[in-house]
Amino acid sequence: MSVGLAQAMGLQFTQDWKLAVRSRSDWANPMIFFVLVITLLPLGIGPEVKQLAAIAPGMIWIVALLATLLSLDAMFRSDWDDGSLEQMLISPHPLPMLVLSKIAVHWLVTGLPLTLLSPLLGLMLSLPEAGYLPLIVSLFIGSACLSFIGAIGAALTVALRQGGLLISLIIMPFYVPVLIFGASAAMRAVQGFEYHGLLVMLGGFLALAVAGAPFAVAAALRISSEG
Amino acid sequence: MNWQWFHRLGSPRWFYEKTGRWLPWLATLTAVLMSVGLIWGLAFAPVDFKQGNSFRIIYIHVPVSFLALAGYYIMAISGAVGYIWKMKLADMVMKSAAPIGAALTFLALVSGAIWGKPTWGTYWVWDARITSMLVLFFLYLGIMALQVSFTNQQQAASASTILALVGCANIPIIYKSVDIWNTLHQPATIKFTSAPSMHPDMFYPLLVMIVAMYCFYALVLILFTRAEIVNRERQTRWVQALNEGQ
Repeated sequence: MSVGLAQAMGLQFTQDWKLAVRSRSDWANPMIFFVLVITLLPLGIGPEVKQLAAIAPGMIWIVALLATLLSLDAMFRSDWDDGSLEQMLISPHPLPMLVLSKIAVHWLVTGLPLTLLSPLLGLMLSLPEAGYLPLIVSLFIGSACLSFIGAIGAALTVALRQGGLLISLIIMPFYVPVLIFGASAAMRAVQGFEYHGLLVMLGGFLALAVAGAPFAVAAALRISSEG
Repeated sequence: MNWQWFHRLGSPRWFYEKTGRWLPWLATLTAVLMSVGLIWGLAFAPVDFKQGNSFRIIYIHVPVSFLALAGYYIMAISGAVGYIWKMKLADMVMKSAAPIGAALTFLALVSGAIWGKPTWGTYWVWDARITSMLVLFFLYLGIMALQVSFTNQQQAASASTILALVGCANIPIIYKSVDIWNTLHQPATIKFTSAPSMHPDMFYPLLVMIVAMYCFYALVLILFTRAEIVNRERQTRWVQALNEGQ
């Protein structure tokens, strides 16, 4: 039985989506981590409203980034362990397109929930009102960039036992531009400046990541399966 | 077209024997250029009217920073050559280039900090160029960490090449982003005091030092690669013969 590319991507997406939603730790743990670290923050630096508000956009962004990093290892791990990744590698369909659906699912179960959770955390850190919209929009776009870039790290380390920390080491430098533009957008909105240009840049990063990352991921997966 | 030279270049043994003959010349050239540049720069170049003698660290700092950045591209390109043409030698060059580049980046950061103390009154500021350099340092460390975590050398080379190539595409973006970040946050008023047009008496020794540093880089890269070759090919007859000959 042969299926077209669109159909194959659809099937891949449905399967990945079902698996991701059913393994609760995959999508719940990053969110719990996110809320936990933000809770620790006032305990560490004191509950002063002014101080918290000043660092709120940056902190929320950094913690969202860390939560994404922690979730990356799981992106290809179970497929690697049970051999379904190898089926993807030998399938007649272009690997980057199949990878695209895996990354999309990863974003849907980590980046998107983190984005939806961020207003609540903004509230906890007494983020000024002007900051909410840019924070949500920047996280919405930015977390997708994080999933795409992070997938490269996940694919490179999937064959290794000690993947987790290594992914963070190799991927974090690439998160620098996303963090800068995402956090700055919310920060500038709070200060009353124009911030749309920064969001547009973030959109540009996402376009670049969507166009480029799947190919790097595909190459990395092939290398990982060579050993 | 005759591609024989290209394939011969891929033979570690050929490279080892050829560079063995080049090494004394390259080492001499490096030593001469570096002594000329250093003595000229440190003793004879005129004193900067604002920074006094402390500006002379430029003769270390700038060449090292040049090579720290260029080294990343040298590493990525040799990695790509190894990945595309399955050339073992290029993989070895890539592996050797990573620690050298990391060391140079570290030196650039340290010499910059030492220069910063008399000029800016502090060792560290979150200036755009310094921050980019720090990120570059982490990129190098990431490549090295990935390189050592694979037991299969072929896999290690390919994986770190992918990472290095992604880095190549990203370095300009990271640099620009950090630049914009710096202007957004308006840090303390710090201006680079080095004027855009240096006096020729100061500039020529710098030029000599930059050329000297390129030679030094080539020298160290060749030495590291030779060590890597001997290590990887230790089972082959020619390396064992080399060993017995000594």
